[in-house]
Amino acid sequence: MGAAAQAPRIAPPVIQIARVTRVYHMGTTYVRALRGIDLTVESGDMIAIMGASGSGKSTLLNIIGCLDTPSSGRYELDGRRVDRLDRNELADVRNGKLGFVFQGFNLLARTSALENVELPLLYDRSGRHRDTAALAARALERVGLGDRLRHQPSELSGGQQQRVAIARALVTEPSLLLADEPTGNLDSHASAEIMTLFQSLNDQGITLLVVTHDPAIAQFAKRLIELRDGRIIRDVRIPDRRRAA
Amino acid sequence: MRASRLVRVAAQSLRRNTMRTLLTMLGIVIGVAAVILTVAVGYGAQTRIREQVLSLGTNLIVITAGAGAQAGVSLGAQTFNRLTVDDADKLVREGTTFSGVSPVTMTRTQVVGGAGNWRAPINGVSTSYQTIRDWPVDAGTFFSDDDVRGMRKVAVLGKTVADNLFPNADPVGLQIRLRNEPFTVIGVLAAKGQTAGGADQDDVVLVPYTTARTRLSGVTFIGQILVSAASPADIAAAQQEIRVILRESHRLAGDENDDFTVRNQSDLAQAAQGTTQVMSLLLAAIASISLVVGGIGIMNIMLVSVTERTREIGIRLAVGARGSDVLTQFLVESVVMSLFGGLAGLAAGFGGAALLGRLTGWSTATPLPAVFIAAAFSAAVGVFFGWYPARKASRLDPIEALRHD
Repeated sequence: MGAAAQAPRIAPPVIQIARVTRVYHMGTTYVRALRGIDLTVESGDMIAIMGASGSGKSTLLNIIGCLDTPSSGRYELDGRRVDRLDRNELADVRNGKLGFVFQGFNLLARTSALENVELPLLYDRSGRHRDTAALAARALERVGLGDRLRHQPSELSGGQQQRVAIARALVTEPSLLLADEPTGNLDSHASAEIMTLFQSLNDQGITLLVVTHDPAIAQFAKRLIELRDGRIIRDVRIPDRRRAA
Repeated sequence: MRASRLVRVAAQSLRRNTMRTLLTMLGIVIGVAAVILTVAVGYGAQTRIREQVLSLGTNLIVITAGAGAQAGVSLGAQTFNRLTVDDADKLVREGTTFSGVSPVTMTRTQVVGGAGNWRAPINGVSTSYQTIRDWPVDAGTFFSDDDVRGMRKVAVLGKTVADNLFPNADPVGLQIRLRNEPFTVIGVLAAKGQTAGGADQDDVVLVPYTTARTRLSGVTFIGQILVSAASPADIAAAQQEIRVILRESHRLAGDENDDFTVRNQSDLAQAAQGTTQVMSLLLAAIASISLVVGGIGIMNIMLVSVTERTREIGIRLAVGARGSDVLTQFLVESVVMSLFGGLAGLAAGFGGAALLGRLTGWSTATPLPAVFIAAAFSAAVGVFFGWYPARKASRLDPIEALRHD
């Protein structure tokens, strides 16, 4: 496998998933969305997850993102078991360890970029974030929007809105950044920009997991995982990953 | 989440929908304003009645004949005319807690003089009557003890009588005729206004009770004896003393009921105030209904807003809000709306009461507790009607909520 696997391990893997299944009850029938997933993600990796719709990639992302819990199996995030947590504990894990980027940006309307980015800090229970406005401003600077703090989503382009969403995901300094079709609503130019931003964040040490159906987008990642029918059918290093010029 | 952040989050989302927020508040504004307005009018009426009762005289105690009973059947007040001048004299001689005693004979006759004639009550009283009723004269003088002893035919006119008989002249020194007897007007009383019951206290002619009994045919008994207690604290003692003296004067045996009734003005005030209290409670109850309707308006908007803001709730849950955070946010929003609506309603209610008072001349007053109750109640409305929508919001599934559009 790649270099990351052979490097001396100081920190535990960010994600360790073993034999995870997820079964949905739909009336009298059962839908087995995940049929036994084993996955380990080392810190600093950048992974693209691909698969047709119904392959289980959204379900996997929801479980990794602590929005859902597995029906069986084991999930350790940052060395801590999170597969049996209750609603409130899951919320705290999402707040402290995870950052989300969605296809539809999911920013609060009529709310400035700064206030949008501040949002996760308001729900922090550890008390580790003091000056929330300053932290939010720094996160926006990090994604290149230092001059758009007071702008509302409607005053920003799609690419800029997605940058605000990325800043919101970064502001709590999570262990893992999850992106669900982050470029789905963007043109190819803006898409490349966002993926380049992801790459530079990854270069700064942030672990990234990007769900996409677009092979060109997946080429920005270091490692590619493909799902079909609730199972991982391919897990490879990308030999010549795409880099923006 | 810290309280300051909580309020900030709620304030942000209320500000984001200013129009909706204001319209939702309107129901509470109107409800609280209606309550304050009715309470102000009702309380003002009570205050006015208390003032009017006080205007009857200082520490006034009214003794009326009757309330006798035969074989256990109460016959009501003034069944027997058992009050006499001797009773009044005995009260003057033996009383220790009175500052004044005056018998009052009552008849009603045509007063002839000046511009024409006027039918008015003729009350025969003693000189103490003036101090008991705390009733100064505008012109001339009140009659003296000499006038009473000498059974002189002198009269003091109430303002209404004087205005009707002598519209453009000072009646002092002029003659009037009562039942064909000429009386000299020696004074005119200051205006005293209406009683709580609406009777015109100024529509009266006062003459010495001795004169009334001897010169005016048909006046054979004393209708009332007015007593003023030496001080408000003495009223209860004075009433007890009156009972003892009058029972002795009427030679009532120990087991016989009083054949007279003793009331003080607080009884009168209570009776009158009881009526207005019921009225203002009724009004306030009706007004409270609009407050409840306002609350239902808040619930309605909050419910709609939970559906409309499902995605927002999903975002908040995704970035780590707990269900309780969402619950409190929605609760705080509805409480903030109802509380500020309540405060605006208070202002509107006070403004309306002041305006109403100016336009109609009604006295209005709002007791301070009513203000706090209205404010607390409007906050409670926010919690009560905000609870269900807030709980609904807090129980949303983050995945479903994020998918919602």
